[in-house]
Amino acid sequence: MEVFRLPKIKSLEELRKLREEAIKSMRVRESTSTKITVGMGTCGIAAGAREVMHAILNELEKRKIDANVITVGCIGLCAEEPLVTIERGGQPGITYGKIDVEKVPKLIEEHLIKGNIIDEWVISRG
Amino acid sequence: MRELSLHILDAVQNSIEADANKVYVNIIEDFDQDKLIIEIEDNGKGITPEFLKEVLDPFKTTRKTRHVGLGLPLFSAAAKNCNGDFKITSKKEKGTKITATFKHSHIDREPLGDMVSTIVAIICSDKEIDLFYHHQVDNKKFEFNTKKIKKILGNIPLANINVIKWLKSYLKYNFKELYKNGGV
Repeated sequence: MEVFRLPKIKSLEELRKLREEAIKSMRVRESTSTKITVGMGTCGIAAGAREVMHAILNELEKRKIDANVITVGCIGLCAEEPLVTIERGGQPGITYGKIDVEKVPKLIEEHLIKGNIIDEWVISRG
Repeated sequence: MRELSLHILDAVQNSIEADANKVYVNIIEDFDQDKLIIEIEDNGKGITPEFLKEVLDPFKTTRKTRHVGLGLPLFSAAAKNCNGDFKITSKKEKGTKITATFKHSHIDREPLGDMVSTIVAIICSDKEIDLFYHHQVDNKKFEFNTKKIKKILGNIPLANINVIKWLKSYLKYNFKELYKNGGV
């Protein structure tokens, strides 16, 4: 049986290097941590939550924004899925409903870069 | 759901809800026998024998937020629609195992789809969980487990954006290798 991995040493080296960088950046952003939560219950998955999460990761990467993206189970607002909650630096979270892939760039731009909450997409606060 | 990888993500979410801290995902694509097998096994709290009988009924669920559980019935239908089979076994306090079998070439078989995004979504769970992934295409295999990655990362969370970026490219590369010279 043929077993293969990424050129192993190289890839693990990459991961180690990455760890060093992450430690540095963690020190810098300790007080301004941003957490983005995506609902990943059956309801969320069926509504496209996995693709929304993927789009969020790509957007953060593109704009070099440091944030933790976390998936959670169903919170009971199935009709509003996909649900995305943004918490910044210890402030109460803002939950947006019916977020699709097309809405993600605007969401990141307004909420995370300009600091504006997009009221018409909000379904719950705090 | 249009992709088998979405059913897998959904099933693993069930494992996470069942307080599992280890999930094994095993995918076997056997072109000689024209079979695709997906196994998902966890060490969660398991399902009682009474509920196990009803688990494929869309009107039964353990969830408290909503009263209809659609995930497993959909997964089961996806398998049965293409000359396949769907089995679920469980032991209370030991865990649950799902086995879905498909005729690989069946016209109605959903594609595996974006497995990289499914793995990333599992890894980013708010619950502490280790994923053991095994994927075999004929005689080639790819294995991946988060325990090993976590050991290298130390106190850096797996959900760190730079770690995710690395993971995505690592997984993409390995899936490409897995399907080189055949497969789909």
